[in-house]
Amino acid sequence: MDALYLRAGISMVEILERLGHKVICPNEIACCGQPPFNSGYWDEARTIATPVLEKLANAEAIVIGSGSCGAMVKKFYPDLFKGTRYAELAKQVAAKTWEFSDFLVNKLGVTDLGAKFPHKVTFHDGCHGLRELGIHKQPRALLANVQGLQLFEMTEVSCCGFGGTFSAKFPMISTAMGEVKCTAAAETGAEYIVSSDSSCLMHIQGLLSRQGKPTKTISLAEVLNTQ
Amino acid sequence: MSSNVSDFKTRATEKAGDLRHRSVIRTALRSYEIVRDKRKAAFQSWESARQAAAETKWEAVNHLDKHLEALTAKLEARGTKVHWASTGAQAREIIAQILRDKKARSIIKSKAMTSEEIHLNDALEKEGFTVVESDLGEFIVQLRHEPPYHIVFPSMHLTRGEIKDLFLKELGDAPSDSPEELTMVARRVMRQKYITADVGFTGANFAIAETGMISITENEGNARITAALPKTMITLMGIEKVLPRFSDLALFLPMLATAGAGQPMTCYNTMYSGPRQPGEVDGPEEWHVVLLDNRRTELLADAEQRDALHCIRCGACLNVCPIFRNVGGHTYGTTYSGPVGAVITPHLRGLQEWKHLSNASSLCGACTEACPVKIDLHHHLLQNRRNASASQPSFFEKLAYQVFGIVANEPAFWSLAKKIGWLTQPLQRAIKGSALDPAKAWTKTRDLPPQPRESFKDWWSNRK
Amino acid sequence: MSERNNILGRIREALKVSAPLPGLHGDTASAHRSTESPASHAREWLPSVGASSEEQVALFAKNAADLKADFQLFASRDELIIALIKLRDTEKWSRVASHGGGLTNFANKALGLPVTLTDHGYNVQEMEQCDAGITECDALIAQTGGVVVTSRSAGGRALSVLPPHHVVIAQRGQLVSDLPTAFANLQSKYAPDFPSMISFITGPSRTGDIERILVLGAHGPKKLTILCF
Repeated sequence: MDALYLRAGISMVEILERLGHKVICPNEIACCGQPPFNSGYWDEARTIATPVLEKLANAEAIVIGSGSCGAMVKKFYPDLFKGTRYAELAKQVAAKTWEFSDFLVNKLGVTDLGAKFPHKVTFHDGCHGLRELGIHKQPRALLANVQGLQLFEMTEVSCCGFGGTFSAKFPMISTAMGEVKCTAAAETGAEYIVSSDSSCLMHIQGLLSRQGKPTKTISLAEVLNTQ
Repeated sequence: MSSNVSDFKTRATEKAGDLRHRSVIRTALRSYEIVRDKRKAAFQSWESARQAAAETKWEAVNHLDKHLEALTAKLEARGTKVHWASTGAQAREIIAQILRDKKARSIIKSKAMTSEEIHLNDALEKEGFTVVESDLGEFIVQLRHEPPYHIVFPSMHLTRGEIKDLFLKELGDAPSDSPEELTMVARRVMRQKYITADVGFTGANFAIAETGMISITENEGNARITAALPKTMITLMGIEKVLPRFSDLALFLPMLATAGAGQPMTCYNTMYSGPRQPGEVDGPEEWHVVLLDNRRTELLADAEQRDALHCIRCGACLNVCPIFRNVGGHTYGTTYSGPVGAVITPHLRGLQEWKHLSNASSLCGACTEACPVKIDLHHHLLQNRRNASASQPSFFEKLAYQVFGIVANEPAFWSLAKKIGWLTQPLQRAIKGSALDPAKAWTKTRDLPPQPRESFKDWWSNRK
Repeated sequence: MSERNNILGRIREALKVSAPLPGLHGDTASAHRSTESPASHAREWLPSVGASSEEQVALFAKNAADLKADFQLFASRDELIIALIKLRDTEKWSRVASHGGGLTNFANKALGLPVTLTDHGYNVQEMEQCDAGITECDALIAQTGGVVVTSRSAGGRALSVLPPHHVVIAQRGQLVSDLPTAFANLQSKYAPDFPSMISFITGPSRTGDIERILVLGAHGPKKLTILCF
């Protein structure tokens, strides 16, 4: 998100500030440690995750603009730090961590951000957000209040095939999964595929661009930040 | 790279790009999805039922010794012979010895994944016994000399045309490619085989400790006939199949049917508690039950993943798995494929040799959501990866993550890495997807997003 | 016996470490577990069945129809017999297989066809040639639209699966609401001396092994008729 999907990050900050919150983005935090964690290198994951925990320890609420990184902090940090001296801190940090759409809807009680996006869209649920964090209704509640937006659901709920290093370790399986996703999205007739997860969008967009497909991708935060 | 891994990758790459395969499987599973969702919705609470099923299995597996002893005592009290096999080789020998003792020649089999697991048919055929699979899907793959494609739908990868050609070639009989007529061909072929078989062989879906019963679930009636006509019956079951109580079946039978095939109940659910009893008119004179460990106790010893022994082999996790759907059942090269196969095969056959199955996952979690007994499947894949890396790390991968850790933890390095990324974009675009491209695993089929000059962190620090 | 001891020994060794409770993603087992069986409330989660006996009969009829079983309910035994004779004629039965019983004896007599009775043993080839197998049952289950037969109450193991048409003669009082009731009734009726085979038959034999397309009569009966009064 930092290097490639900064528009999503900027939109989040602007929305939260418009709602009257003070936002802090610690410069030292670059990654939650999920890549080594998912690859089985938990020592290396802790090396990255420990300073993250320390930096986040005093925050009132931690808002993460990705279901995947959100799941890492909220669900997997307690696993990763189990039996270490950070175990308790990991649980505390997990308890006050929110995925962005979940934070807006369930913590702040906001579903209408006055956004306007006159397009046909479909929503892709990032698997980690959906299944680890139970994010499903929240983005839809937010999209329902975007003026001019028409949401068309895909008939097949499936992974986009990104899966972190999986996409490089097993590129053909990953590509096949992405193709299934793109087909399902195309069947809805949507102009845009919207998602909370930049990594999924990167994968889907990468396939669409290569195959010369007209469907575009955009992050949920950007849609919500339109005026 | 061991041959398991390279074989897997080769087959996976081939199948993932096979659009015909993709469409056959998608069509087959589409009809399953519709009925499954309908049957789940008919439950007053599918979620409560799942939790209760998980707790029941937990109780069964975490007191497995007690339940197996109770089961055995009850079975033996009614004349059943119970055998214990630590390994597949022992189980094969026990079964072969029964056949030799009975001077048997022909065996009619109903579907049993455990027999696939121990490669029973090959062993028996080498000894000169005739083995016939009676389940239609199993019969089809047996005629093709290949293993089942799926643990519940063995022949789902084949079209009716392929099955028609197979029947013509192997049986000399296939009036058309209608599923109805092809099924009737198999029915006719099988009828005389049931009547003349010396031994009937079955698997087991559940065993009931309380009452000493083996419960067999099937749709076709082939297991019913297999357990009715031959004079000798042999049942092979994994030791984890036990449930504590008879009444537990009231929950498990409809759940298995719903998750596995989208049915309210499978057509025949039959509980056997002995060979033919005094006063009964038919059934085998002898019944042998073979209890198979075959490294299930190793999985049992891993408390973190012990719940993988809760598996009732419904196949629901295969059906929803995007990996399975794209690479197909044969690609795994294992008896148990799909997510549950990826979880348990490293325990049953060696972590280092089979860890690639745990890596070949996007960890999407559709399997865990689908599992009727709530096995934490995709998290177990993560644990397998952790265990594999801990005991035998890849030097380059470990080093890469160490370097990545240093870069991620130091803002100056992170910033530099982004600059390099931005600066090298034109070069990257020029070589994308080629052998020179370090990111070719990605760029062969996918574009990389353009990297803006300014990063989020730049924006953040500039606005202050 | 040594493999038995080896396996049980490995199991006991493995179980020294307790496992996380199910569905909780990693929490370790707590000591206070309910003594109640986890599945004891299954009735509250399984598909609902309706309260009255009329609702349950209607549910059974609907479920049986979904399964492509033929369920017919009659006001009296005489009406049932008329329907059975009609069935004999439309299906052109020439020989049936059956077993002795309060309901089947009457039915077999009324049919007036040669009958292969299983009660004192039978010839398998002869049964295989029969057009129908006529049996009693232990229960009809509203929740599933299926019937329960046992080796003791339904003429053995083969009679209900070998002939191409299975006809069940039942009484309305045999209808039970749901699966938990069916299991409880079997237990109170038979335990500890269970018939060696108890089978829950839910519709005629079927397969979907060719392109997931439903075909009836894979190995067992193509037709299942349940006649009830």
